[in-house]
Amino acid sequence: MGKTITIDPVTRIEGHSKITLKLDDAGHVSDARFHVTQFRGFEKFCEGRPFYEMPALMARICGICPVSHLVASAKACDAILAVKIPETAAMLRQVLNLAQMIQSHALSYFYLSSPDLLLGFDSDPAKRNIFGVLEKNPQDARDGVRLRRFGQQVIETLADKRIHPAWLVPGGVDQALTADKRDLVLSWLPECYEIVGRTLERTKQSLEGFREEIRTFANFPSLFMGLTTADDKLEMTDGVLRIVDANGKVVVDNADPSTYRELIGEAVEPDSYLKSPYFKPAGYPGGMLRVGPLARMNVIDGIDTPRANEEWAEFRSLERGAVLSSFHYHYARLIEILFGLEKIDQLLHHPAILSKQVRAHARPNNFEGIGVSEAPRGTLIHHYRIDENGLIEWANLIIATGFNNLAMNRGILQAARHYISSQEIHEGMLNRVEAVIRSFDPCLSCSTHAVGAMPLVVELRDAGGRLLDRKAR
Amino acid sequence: MSSRPSAKPAAPAPSSKVKTLTIDDRLVSAREDESILDAARDNGIQIPTLCNLDGLTPVGACRLCMVEVKGSSRLFASCVTMVGEGMEVVTDSERLQKYRKTIVELLFSERNHVCAVCVSNGHCELQNLAQLLGVTHLTVPYLNPKLPVDASHERFVNDHNRCVLCQRCVRVCGEVEGAHTWDINGRGIGARVITDLNQPWGSSETCTGCGKCVQVCPTGALTEKGKSVREMSKRTRFLPYLTMMREDRSE
Repeated sequence: MGKTITIDPVTRIEGHSKITLKLDDAGHVSDARFHVTQFRGFEKFCEGRPFYEMPALMARICGICPVSHLVASAKACDAILAVKIPETAAMLRQVLNLAQMIQSHALSYFYLSSPDLLLGFDSDPAKRNIFGVLEKNPQDARDGVRLRRFGQQVIETLADKRIHPAWLVPGGVDQALTADKRDLVLSWLPECYEIVGRTLERTKQSLEGFREEIRTFANFPSLFMGLTTADDKLEMTDGVLRIVDANGKVVVDNADPSTYRELIGEAVEPDSYLKSPYFKPAGYPGGMLRVGPLARMNVIDGIDTPRANEEWAEFRSLERGAVLSSFHYHYARLIEILFGLEKIDQLLHHPAILSKQVRAHARPNNFEGIGVSEAPRGTLIHHYRIDENGLIEWANLIIATGFNNLAMNRGILQAARHYISSQEIHEGMLNRVEAVIRSFDPCLSCSTHAVGAMPLVVELRDAGGRLLDRKAR
Repeated sequence: MSSRPSAKPAAPAPSSKVKTLTIDDRLVSAREDESILDAARDNGIQIPTLCNLDGLTPVGACRLCMVEVKGSSRLFASCVTMVGEGMEVVTDSERLQKYRKTIVELLFSERNHVCAVCVSNGHCELQNLAQLLGVTHLTVPYLNPKLPVDASHERFVNDHNRCVLCQRCVRVCGEVEGAHTWDINGRGIGARVITDLNQPWGSSETCTGCGKCVQVCPTGALTEKGKSVREMSKRTRFLPYLTMMREDRSE
């Protein structure tokens, strides 16, 4: 008789979700689904608000990556104003966005995933958390806290507030940077370089021990999407869209992000509040995309900071063509942290970074605006339409985690088929299925436009829905 | 509709008669034409207010300045209650605090005051009052009314979601600017500030675009267009100077 295993909720991710695994009569996994169980509705309730409130309003979508939404939203508003923001403002937004990426990646890598990576997927679940890491690998736990703190401190130093700052405004930023603040941020960099250096080394050495996970964690061909600079280098804040296939062949190049609707379709599944965007020309669900650190490493031709570029070249040598295993999201995240540090270093040494000219003023000149940036988890799109008085008539957001929805679903099916083959539930097996989701670092609060560390409950049900077994963590 | 305020005639000469009373057990003296609120402030005793503003006729709309007067069980709005000989006034008690907190809670529940994403966040008199009175959450349910934003004016925005019906805009426009563009339409919970005969602000023929209403508005209801969240801080100090200058000229 067929059975359904439910992992509810999925832990150590941002947001609320559950996984159901369907087992056939022989006890083999026949289907796996990732359900996002929370609903937010931001697109609806911003209707009727003045457009210039959008950055701060949209930042409230998430407490982890408010800056990502600030950036994409402010860019959409720039488009409505039809202004080119001052060079210094653009650089300051970049610094803020990179700081955000660093703190978010540090959170994902150290707080959420290092318990699996350092303590082992089969280790005692009661200790498989950041406190367990602190006990066994205190240096790594401290490194994680320090890196995340760096990102948050940069945000606070520039924008006055660590979470939900209101510094990014339509037309630029609301205050110029001072020399004191710049020097303070620069003084933190050496320690952070050391941390990311040793973490990268340890991670690379550990890859050998995760061969099975690398082979089975959402390791399959797909398209990859990300922003790049005009010369195809890594870019987080501005730039053009690029899509490559599993062989690393460029499918779409130098696409103006405001043409996203020609490239991206959005599908809705009945069992999840998370939409499934896909590459339109390839259809649904064939146009499965991956975005985020792994995708960005796959779409670019290099990184314009020296140390990160070396690491990127080594990373890409893992496979011919694109790197396909989602397990390598973790590794890619570390390379991006290094890039973030180097880029902040570069930008803060730019002669114009302290300029007082940081905001362009204008009235709305367009009825529509599209802002696209790279959030830590991938490409983020904000799209607004306003009426003649500047009030929002319609909004559409496509969030990085949404882009990864199809791949996450297929990834848990792949891992479940590999690890779960009997009617017995082993906690470590289920943890690996969850860990596939964790490798993508989904942000469900964002992508459903909640927070919580809740206990994991696994239920084993027969085909009629009758509860056969239940294990609680 | 409220009684229509009109441009204020030159203030009559202040009375020279003096009353003595006690406020919070302190013996104070005040001119007979002074309100309890003014007498308290003259003596360094602070009473919370919201609709009251120096330079505008008091209306007693918000009731936050309520005080107890010995000999009467009802409460008096100190901004519109004149001092009396031998009056014993209490400005702070458990009962008053409870009422003031409830008033602020009801103001928050009646409209959509979402401080976190409001342009006046950090510069708002309602927010300050909530902090002062310790209103950290509501014990009454939010009504979450669906209210429009009037952004038809070229430079200003009227967001009914943040309005507390203090009528400062109505008074400053009628009494100081003399345009009388603003008024109140409807009654009770359905009351709304309106421009002219309830038409979009941008099409108002009487509005001079002076912006006084925006500056005196205690919350994020009337704001300058294009101000982002936390950016809208108001300047109200112009008002006493303006009235003083006019009184000087009329002499």
